[in-house]
Amino acid sequence: MNSVIIYTVVSLSSLGALSAVILYVVARKFKVYEDPRIDEVQEILPGANCGGCGFAGCRNFAEALVRADSFEGLNCPVGGASLMGDVAKLLGKTAVAADPLVAVVRCNGTPVYRPKTSIYDGAKTCIIAHSLYGGETGCSYGCLGYGDCVNACLFGAMYMDPVTELPVIIDDKCVACGACVKACPKVIIELRKKAKKDRKIFVSCVNCDKGGPARKACNVACIGCSKCFQVCEYDAITMANNLAFINSVKCVLCRKCVEVCPTNAIHEINFPPRKEKTDTAVSGNEKKE
Amino acid sequence: MGNNLTVSLSPHDHGSETTRKLMLGVLIALIPAFLVTVWYFGYAAIMVTAIAVLSCVGFEYLMQKYLLKSETRINDLSAVVTGVLLAFCLPVNIPPGLIVIGSLVAIGVGKISFGGIGNNPFNPALVGRVFLFLSFPVQMTSWPVPKGFLTGYLDAVTGPTPLSVLNESYDKVPVTDVMEKIPSHIELLIGNMGGSLGEISALALFIGFIYLLWKKIITWHIPVSIIATILIFTGLLWAINPSNHADPLYHILSGGVMLGAVYMATDYVTSPMSKRGMIIYGLGIGILTVIIRRWAAYPEGVQFAILIMNAVTPLLNMYIKPKRFGEEVKNG
Amino acid sequence: MLKTFPTGGIHPSENKLSAGVPIIDLPLPAQVIIPISQHIGAPATPVVEKGMPVKAGQLIASSKGYVSANIHSSVSGKINKIDQILDSSGYKQTSIVIDVAGDEWIEGVDKSGILKRDITDSGEVIVRKCLGAGIVGLGGATFPTHVKLSLPPGKKCDVLIINGVECEPYLTSDHLLMVEKSDEIMVGISLLMKALGVGMAVIGIESNKPDAINLLTEKSKQYKGISVNPLKVKYPQGGEKQLIKALINREVPSGGLPVDVGTVVHNVGTAFAVYEAVQKNKPLVERIVTITGKSLTKPGNYRVRIGTPVTHLIEAAGGMPDDTGKIVNGGPMMGKALNSPDVPVVKGTSGIIVFPKSESTRPKAGPCIRCSKCISACAMGLEPYLLMVLGEKSMYDKAEKERVTDCMECGSCSYVCPAGRPLLDYIRLGKSRVNKMIRERKAK
Repeated sequence: MNSVIIYTVVSLSSLGALSAVILYVVARKFKVYEDPRIDEVQEILPGANCGGCGFAGCRNFAEALVRADSFEGLNCPVGGASLMGDVAKLLGKTAVAADPLVAVVRCNGTPVYRPKTSIYDGAKTCIIAHSLYGGETGCSYGCLGYGDCVNACLFGAMYMDPVTELPVIIDDKCVACGACVKACPKVIIELRKKAKKDRKIFVSCVNCDKGGPARKACNVACIGCSKCFQVCEYDAITMANNLAFINSVKCVLCRKCVEVCPTNAIHEINFPPRKEKTDTAVSGNEKKE
Repeated sequence: MGNNLTVSLSPHDHGSETTRKLMLGVLIALIPAFLVTVWYFGYAAIMVTAIAVLSCVGFEYLMQKYLLKSETRINDLSAVVTGVLLAFCLPVNIPPGLIVIGSLVAIGVGKISFGGIGNNPFNPALVGRVFLFLSFPVQMTSWPVPKGFLTGYLDAVTGPTPLSVLNESYDKVPVTDVMEKIPSHIELLIGNMGGSLGEISALALFIGFIYLLWKKIITWHIPVSIIATILIFTGLLWAINPSNHADPLYHILSGGVMLGAVYMATDYVTSPMSKRGMIIYGLGIGILTVIIRRWAAYPEGVQFAILIMNAVTPLLNMYIKPKRFGEEVKNG
Repeated sequence: MLKTFPTGGIHPSENKLSAGVPIIDLPLPAQVIIPISQHIGAPATPVVEKGMPVKAGQLIASSKGYVSANIHSSVSGKINKIDQILDSSGYKQTSIVIDVAGDEWIEGVDKSGILKRDITDSGEVIVRKCLGAGIVGLGGATFPTHVKLSLPPGKKCDVLIINGVECEPYLTSDHLLMVEKSDEIMVGISLLMKALGVGMAVIGIESNKPDAINLLTEKSKQYKGISVNPLKVKYPQGGEKQLIKALINREVPSGGLPVDVGTVVHNVGTAFAVYEAVQKNKPLVERIVTITGKSLTKPGNYRVRIGTPVTHLIEAAGGMPDDTGKIVNGGPMMGKALNSPDVPVVKGTSGIIVFPKSESTRPKAGPCIRCSKCISACAMGLEPYLLMVLGEKSMYDKAEKERVTDCMECGSCSYVCPAGRPLLDYIRLGKSRVNKMIRERKAK
């Protein structure tokens, strides 16, 4: 009996010792030299591997940061300016200041405003529907409502509103990584500059049809009338392809354009209420996005 | 306004096959075997089958609805097929509690835990059967002999099956001595022998096989590959040492070979998808079955052989691809 | 034993409701809408303006670049506007709208029905006339014919294949064209043979068209080098790779073209259009369109001017049925569903099918049961179940290795799937992404 135990212990111990030696030798022989600072930088990065920096995960970004001479074009949207500052201090380089951004959905074509003209029967993802035709409504530019953007968000900052059939962005959770922007085949979502108190003014439409067909398809479409363009004193609005666009950097949030828009295509979000407009229809839009 | 036309991607036509129709075809193919088994084992066979089917369907419904909280798919009849095939592997005198346990394992472990239909690597009926075999060996190896239609449930008389007789005789007693104790080839063909519900009548199972081929539910590759391999392998053994082995025809007519080859091994989800892969799969099952029967402790090897080859199926699917059209031209 | 292709294929119900219905000239509509992009390649550039009068056969948009095609007015009248109009692509495209007045043609077009058999033009002149007449592949792919007739340097061609198969269910336009215009088609084939410099042409026709097979076999005896070969009825026999394999037993390599195995494939409708362009100086302004559907009162085959609204065609077939659920441009397997019937007939419109509501919805999709019926159905030897999973999970590198780009989108896999899975939807997605990846890789 004893000899069995002795043999077992001896053979397994020597097997273990042999394996340990082999592993040690191989680990030393095939070791890849890496700059130890990469590990240090990776420690302070968020570790979400969201791809918002444009690199394949946090380690890849850490490698790029250690290699780079300047931080031009390198930004982690999750950690923001404070994180970039910490990384800069660690590596002895200077951080580049960047505006905080937030994602905004530029379509308000709810089923009430934008009636359906056909029935889509196919795989319910935006990208496949987009390859087939313009969508179930008369507006071939607007949101299809199948939620590719919501599925792309890794931060839980989006959900699909079942009544409006449009995506909703939760400002507090949005880190402006850009995944939803890339996921939308119609480029409806845009990363705009984040203003104080989460206030926003934007044209909630991307329809490039002429005014007549655009309005016929959707009640709150931008018809390209240019009234907003004429009233803006800060050069923030441009007109192109029958569509107005408000530049979020130049815009000072004076709200003059909102007042003059005849179809209520321009939205003001998180502003204090003001006196009723007398000559235009009330828009349904005071939702906190 | 709009015309409310339906807009969908091509194709705009669809064939008439549905999963449910395929499963129904399998059930119809099993009817001759079921009738034979009722004739020989009595209404006990109906009881066992009914309990198995009801518990399989019931468990699948409950698990899909309350455990997975997804939509219930019992309409596709795959749980019914699992129940019938599980019942056909059991002895007719098995207590009902064991059938329910077997169904629970078959559906719960063999199917739902992997993600439901299409995702399970092992044949669910066989998972249930092997679980019962290993956990309740006594109840699972006392095989009733046929007593006729009016046999009461749990009232059967048990006796040795052809394979168990053979197993005990290997390397001890010449086969010829033992052959009187076991039914003749004709009786094996028709079903007048001891064994589980479904495996007794090779002829009835063969009729079902022809039906499945006719309705294009299965192709010939797997069953023919399995049976041919067993015939050749046992034929070689018999030729080398006829006094120690039974003849090849005997081997395919007894035990679960016909049932396993035609109904269990051809399960869509767990068998390979390419024709060449199917032949290799059948080859493996045949070889393993004969090895287990001849040299291992168990008299019957089909159940283990099929489960082992189920594990090899993903490998076969990954490396054996169908013949592509057109040579590949390296295009940068 | 009829020839056929070796792997895959399905047998959908033929539903040739309009077979045997002779071709009728559709009366001119009040207005035609002619998109400037009816072909593969760059859209044509309009050369007319609002208010200009035009005659039938007049050039209204000229081809831009080599892979492009001319567009001619199919009617006489006045240009109403050039605007973004919804067409069968599901999106709005630039189109030229013409108000129809009378039926005056430009000079030089021979509108008599007399057969002109003698070929006096050289091969180069034939190709030039095809370019001038805006001829594109009328089988549905609409590839500019003059490009197809100009072989790439270093490639040789020894046999011309004519596609008279019409494997899609419901469609009968090619069938009726072969029955009614057999001589003209033969001359057209001879013209194509001269342009390519080949001495042999084979016409493939499915065996469900015995009248066309017999008639063309008779006619082919009077023309040098042309033979007719009946084929087994199996979808997709009309796919060019399958047709080449069945008729002359050569396999086009993956990623290659038919010219790599020494052949070129043209549709019978294209051959007829080439005859009209070269022998009669008539540009491509009209084509045969099948209008069919189980609820239509008068399914038929019409000679339709390009730009005619589809509603006009449906009216001629007895009007839009009340239970209409879906309208498809093309055949049921590869055609495109329209979201409105107010779209024009274009060069690639071989048929319009009106489906009742009961046949308009797809089956409900379930999980894959790994039955491998899709693999058995695929004529290109692919594994559709795997390509769908790779498309869903965006694993495009693996999809490229599994040869997703070989897929010709015939729809056989989705047709047979018992679980009703939308295989082709995701395979198409994978294909477009992988093609984009390959283009980006080549650009580097």
